[in-house]
Amino acid sequence: MTPVVLMRTSGGPDTFRSRTLRDRLVRVAEAAVTPLVPADVLDIFDPLRSGADLRGRIVSVTAETADSATILVKPGKDWAGHVPGQYLRVGVDVDGVRLWRTYSLTHGPRADRCISITIKAIPDGKVSNHLVRHAQAGQLLHLGQAEGDFVLSDPMPDKLLLVTAGSGVTPVIGMLRNLFSKAAPLATDIVLLHSALSRSEVIFGEELRRYAEEGRLRLVELHTDTDGMLDVADLDQIVPDLASRTTYACGPVGLLDALEAHHTERELPLHIERFRTAVVATGEDGQSGGSVTFAKSGITVEGDGSTPILDAAEAGGVLMPSGCRMGVCFGCVLPLREGVVRDLRNGALTVAAPGDGVAIQTCISAAAGACHIDH
Amino acid sequence: MTVIQKKSESTNPVAHLSPEEIERIGVELDAIRQSILDTRGEADAAYIRKVIDAQRKLELASRAVLLASVFPPAWVLGTAGLSVAKIIENMEIGHNVMHGQWDWMRDPKIHSTTWEWDNATPAEQWKHSHNELHHTYTNVIGKDNDLGYGIMRVDEDQRWIPMYLAQPLWNFINACFFEYGIAAYDLELGKNLASEKRRQSPEFKARYQQTLKKIRSQAKKDYVVHPLLSLPTGSLLPTLAANFTANLARNLWTHSVIMCGHFPEGVETFERSSIEGETRGDWYLRQMLGSANISGSKTMHFMTGNLSHQIEHHLFPDLPSNRYAEIAPQVQDVFQRYGLSYHVAPLPQQVASAWHKVVRLSLPNDFLSLTTVKNAPQQLKLLWAMTTKGPKVRRAAQARLTQQARRAKVAAA
Repeated sequence: MTPVVLMRTSGGPDTFRSRTLRDRLVRVAEAAVTPLVPADVLDIFDPLRSGADLRGRIVSVTAETADSATILVKPGKDWAGHVPGQYLRVGVDVDGVRLWRTYSLTHGPRADRCISITIKAIPDGKVSNHLVRHAQAGQLLHLGQAEGDFVLSDPMPDKLLLVTAGSGVTPVIGMLRNLFSKAAPLATDIVLLHSALSRSEVIFGEELRRYAEEGRLRLVELHTDTDGMLDVADLDQIVPDLASRTTYACGPVGLLDALEAHHTERELPLHIERFRTAVVATGEDGQSGGSVTFAKSGITVEGDGSTPILDAAEAGGVLMPSGCRMGVCFGCVLPLREGVVRDLRNGALTVAAPGDGVAIQTCISAAAGACHIDH
Repeated sequence: MTVIQKKSESTNPVAHLSPEEIERIGVELDAIRQSILDTRGEADAAYIRKVIDAQRKLELASRAVLLASVFPPAWVLGTAGLSVAKIIENMEIGHNVMHGQWDWMRDPKIHSTTWEWDNATPAEQWKHSHNELHHTYTNVIGKDNDLGYGIMRVDEDQRWIPMYLAQPLWNFINACFFEYGIAAYDLELGKNLASEKRRQSPEFKARYQQTLKKIRSQAKKDYVVHPLLSLPTGSLLPTLAANFTANLARNLWTHSVIMCGHFPEGVETFERSSIEGETRGDWYLRQMLGSANISGSKTMHFMTGNLSHQIEHHLFPDLPSNRYAEIAPQVQDVFQRYGLSYHVAPLPQQVASAWHKVVRLSLPNDFLSLTTVKNAPQQLKLLWAMTTKGPKVRRAAQARLTQQARRAKVAAA
C-alpha cells in the first residue's frame, strides 16, 4: 500500500494550477478510501496502469524445446524499456506463494511494447517448471525493471565471439534478434559458440541455424552428449582469430570461471553474465546452523540449527521485536533478505534469494545456512 | 463458574487427564495443523484474493449507491451493502490477515506486517494486544484483557462491588461503539491514564497520537468526505446516517461474535500461576477449554470471519480461516476421545448465554439463581442494602447467599 506519487516535472503557472488541483483530488481520493490507498482501488480495475506497481499480463506461452518455453508479456505502462542482454525480476505465484526469479529478456524493444522471457525448466525448479508447464495467457506476473550490464557496447566491436551454454543463450538471442531486425546492414562479424546437451536441446536451435544459413553469423554447436564439455583450451582451434574478438559469455559457473581465467591470462576483452542462482548450504543432517547478519545493527551471531534466531540474536545483543515466542502472534516477523531458515516446528525450509524480503517468524525459525536479516 | 484450578475433583473438566495424555493431545493437534500446512496452496490463495476483491467491489458499489441516498431504496440498499462490506473487511479479511494467516503467500499487499483495517484502532496496536496478549494468555485472569476488557466482572472469584450492577449497560454501550472500545483497550487507557508517570511516558504518548490519527482519518472518510460527495444529490445527511448505521451494525455484530468466543457459560478461565512452565500440550488444552464455537450456515461462518470456529482458531491462529471448517470434525473427535466438552451452539443461543453471564456476574454471587418471582421484593431489598450499606453488610449478605445456595443444592440432590 504505497502512497500515490505524482509525476510532473515541467514548470509554468498552468502546470502549477493543474498540479495543485490534481494534488487536491488525490488528497480527497486518499481520504475517501483510507485505510486503503487509491492505488489499491485502482488496481482492482487496471493493474497495468501508470503509477501501479510494475506488473505484466501474459500474452502467449510458446514451447521452445521439451523443457523450455517463451512467455510473451505485455508489461504495465511504467515499463521503462531495456537494452538486449539485460534481465528482469519476475514474481510468480506458485502454489499460492509469491516467488521471485530473474530471467533474461529474449527480444530487443518490440513495436507492440511486449517483452519476452524464455525459461528452461530445471529439475526441482519450482518457478521454472511452473512457468514452462502451467503459465497461461491472461495471467498476471509481477515484474521489476530491466537490470544488468551484459549489453553490447556502443559502438559495436568489429568482431564478436558469443560463448553460451544451455539457457545461457537467452540474453544473447535478445542481442541477435535486435541486431538482425535493423534495416541497416550489420558490419560486425559474429561467431556464436553454443554448447547444449544435444541437438534437440538447443533453445532457439532452428532460429540460430537459420541465421547461420543466411550468413549473418558463424554458428558452432557443441552437443555435450557426443562432443563432451567445452574446453577453453580448444578455443584457439575453434575460433582461430580469437585474439581479435571481443567475447560475451553466459552459461554455467564452471564455464565462466574457466573462460575468465583463460581471457585474463591472455588479456582479451570479456563480458560475462552469471545467472544468479541461490546456492544455500542446508546441511546433510538437517541440524546445521549458520551465521545470521543483521543489516541495521551490523551484528552477526552464530545460530545453531536448533536455536530460534530470536534467541540467538538476543543473546548476541540485537534488540529484537518479539511476542509470544511460540509462533502464534507474528510480533517477531522480520524480512530475510538472503539465506535459508528452518521452521523448528516441522523442519520446513524457507529460502530467500538475494534481494528477496521473505518475512520470517524469528521465534520459531533457526538458521539453516548463512542468513541476512533486514533489521 | 470459577477458575479451573479452584474446582473440586468432581467438577474439574481436566482432572481425568494424565500429563502424558495431555502431551498426546498436543501431538494429535500438531498433526492436524501439519495436514493443513501440507495442502495449503493455490486454492487458498485464490480464495482470499477473491474475498478481498469482492469486498472492495461491494464497498465501492455501496458507497456509490449511497451518493443518491436521499431516495429511501438507495439508502436501504447502500447501508445494507456497506454494513456487510465493513463486517467482511474486519472479520474474514482484517482479523485473519493480521493474524498472519496469509503471510505464507509472501504477497506484500496481503501481509500481517503491512495490513491496515477499517477500524478505529491502528493495526499495529491491535496486533499487540490481540495476537500477543489475548492469544498467548487466553482466558488467564489478570493477563488476558479480552476477559471483560478490564471493565467487567467475568468471574465469581472477582469480588463483587456495586459498580458492577451497571455492567450490562456498559457492555451494551461497548457493543454499540465497539471499535472505539477496542482502541481504548489496545491503548490500555485505564492503566495508562491512572498515573502521571504513565500519562507522560513518550511511548504511551506516541501510541495515543497514532490512535487519534487513525480515528480522525476513519471519521473523516465516513462522516465528512463521503457525505460531502453526496451533497450534489442532496444526500449529505442520509449518507452520514448510512455510515453511522453501517458502523453501528458492524460494531454490534463483531461484539456479539467475539462475546460468543470466550464468554458463554461453560467456558473455563485460568489462574496466572497455571501458565508457568506450561507445555505445548497444556497450552493447547487451555485453548480447547477456553473457547466456544457457533454453529450455523456457511454464510454465518463467513460473516463471523470464521470466528464461529473459535476453538479451531485458538488452537491454530495462523492457519487460513477458510480451512477451519474442514478440521473442525477432527478437532471435535479429539475432544470426544479425551473426554472434554466441545462447546458449540447456534448464534442466538451463544449470545444469550454470554449475556446471561454478564447479567449474572453483575449481581452478587448466587443472587440470580436464588431469586424467584415470589421472593423478588425481599431479594431487591437485600441488593439495595448490599449496594448502599458498605463492605461489612456486603460481606455478611454474601455469606448468607452462599450458604443458601449450598443448602438449595443439597436439597436438590
